[in-house]
Amino acid sequence: MRIIGCRECDAVVVEPFVPDGGAAYCDRCGGLLFRRHSRTIEVCLALVVAAAILFAVANLYPFLAFQMQGQTTQTTLLSGTRALLDQGENAVAALVFLTVIASPACEIGLLLYVLGPVHFGFRLPGLALAFRFVEQFRPWSMMEVFLIGILVAGVKLADLAEIVPGIALYAFGLLIPILAAASNFLDAELVWRRIAGEA
Amino acid sequence: MRFSPLVGGPHAQCPVCRLVMKAPAERSEAPLACPRCGATVHRRKPESLARTSAYLIAALICYVPANVYPIMRSTSLGRAQEDTIVSGVVYLYESGMWPLGTIVLIASVVVPIAKIVSLGGLVVSVRRRSRWRPRDRAATFRIIELVGRWSMVDVYVVTILVALVHLGTLANVEVLFGAVFFAAVVVLTILAAESFDPRLIWDVLEEEEGRDVRI
Repeated sequence: MRIIGCRECDAVVVEPFVPDGGAAYCDRCGGLLFRRHSRTIEVCLALVVAAAILFAVANLYPFLAFQMQGQTTQTTLLSGTRALLDQGENAVAALVFLTVIASPACEIGLLLYVLGPVHFGFRLPGLALAFRFVEQFRPWSMMEVFLIGILVAGVKLADLAEIVPGIALYAFGLLIPILAAASNFLDAELVWRRIAGEA
Repeated sequence: MRFSPLVGGPHAQCPVCRLVMKAPAERSEAPLACPRCGATVHRRKPESLARTSAYLIAALICYVPANVYPIMRSTSLGRAQEDTIVSGVVYLYESGMWPLGTIVLIASVVVPIAKIVSLGGLVVSVRRRSRWRPRDRAATFRIIELVGRWSMVDVYVVTILVALVHLGTLANVEVLFGAVFFAAVVVLTILAAESFDPRLIWDVLEEEEGRDVRI
């Protein structure tokens, strides 16, 4: 018999049996207790590998190009934050860098670092620490919001000049549902048990 | 499926890996170390209400200049125009993009203030040891956590415009003061939500139920 707790109201329950793909909710506050995915490590590892490739593409190529009277400018994620730095807006630049580049990169990289060894059954140092950081970076990773930002910026520029979507924009479009699926399929409790050598 | 809780017992829950462990005493505030993941475990987030209130007050102060001051200046062929958050929304509606306009209106104007007011309400309700509709208050907090991030849209829009439109006198976009305050509002409200401990909503009910189940 295993005791688990509700993250939101601190109620303590005996871990119920939940069929694969199901979820358990707290009876007191209605919060999600956990989702059970017995193949969570395999599925998430596959999704995170895909996400890593798409993230690289999204960072290396421009996501929008802007053409006006024969002049073209284009922007990647990094050049966007650099443009803010050039205008002296260091705080805003740091915020954009943190939420669109650093946090997703850490989330993807650390998940690879954790899920790879757990799946293939070898040990790397600091697995627990790495997985702790995954949970800590998640609220600051805001790529899906950035995608809406691209759409709004595109609309605002559309009547001023010609807007050309770049490869990175398509990579973004794929990356966001894949990252969402990965965090949805991640049964963190099972990963913690594997890291602790319990299961 | 829903499962009933075994309320009570001096226990603490790891904020990171969610391992439930015994706490030395019911009201203990001494931090523990999680035996599974090594994180520091507090039974409740330390100084939760004071921190949340402080972030909320700071966010409220920044909310005013964030909306009053322009967030960017666009220059096109010598014609300069300064945009506030609200005028950006108006522009989207006027160009017939009402779905995007509505998203930005909700994300940039409604969400920050709704978040400050409702989180402030939660803090007051916990301070007053309210027993009023705890499930609905818990649901409110869940929504606050979920929607807060979407306020970043306008910060990203300005970033992208600045990165793309720098053609000198032909067309240029500059970030203005208001954007810094707006970004501050978003970050402060996210920090406020992270500092709030939703378990406090339930503590007052648990005291009166007085049930105690040992782990």
